[in-house]
Amino acid sequence: MIKIKKDDFEKIVNNAKENLPNEACGLIGGKLVGKDKIIEKVYILTNIDNSNEHFSIDPKEQLATVKDMRSLGIVPLGNWHSHPESPSRPSDEDKRLAFDSKASYLILSLMDINNPVLNSFHIFGEDPKESLKEELVIE
Amino acid sequence: MNITVAGEKKQYDEGITVAKLIELENVKTPEYVTVTINDDFVESGTFDKIVIKEGDQIEFLYFMGGGQ
Repeated sequence: MIKIKKDDFEKIVNNAKENLPNEACGLIGGKLVGKDKIIEKVYILTNIDNSNEHFSIDPKEQLATVKDMRSLGIVPLGNWHSHPESPSRPSDEDKRLAFDSKASYLILSLMDINNPVLNSFHIFGEDPKESLKEELVIE
Repeated sequence: MNITVAGEKKQYDEGITVAKLIELENVKTPEYVTVTINDDFVESGTFDKIVIKEGDQIEFLYFMGGGQ
């Protein structure tokens, strides 16, 4: 299970809407409590692809984020990105480019702009990779 | 020699390359890893030529991307 604060959920939604028609992206950091992940900080990072169909996180910002997490005593838990026009589920490309089976991959769908849908997934295995939905709690 | 890898202080033999460090650190899927030394990004394709030096701070970053 992974928990995200309502404020952080809204931060993701607002940023994803601001970046339309392009995909938005970022990282999540927090703490591991038993098998649960508690998101303590959501990072808004630059999609250097500037695309509505792809995203690549800016590596310079990624480096700065990793260092910020370390200074705060939190750990990388995964990343998030938006799907402006498709459902909240990993695409074939999302699966192909997922390299950490322990990470949580949060995907926000803005297909219905008034009802954003956020889900979290684990992506694992070899080609073809599989995905498994993870329980996400917004509180 | 003393270096810092992903924030942790480590000791390795003098003269090891970035490629050797990747091997010694058991970095998975190294073809998708970006390496920084003292905040400078190491050009991919040069990992077997760049030698780590005393006091270097190394980070391994996995490419993060996808598409809808």
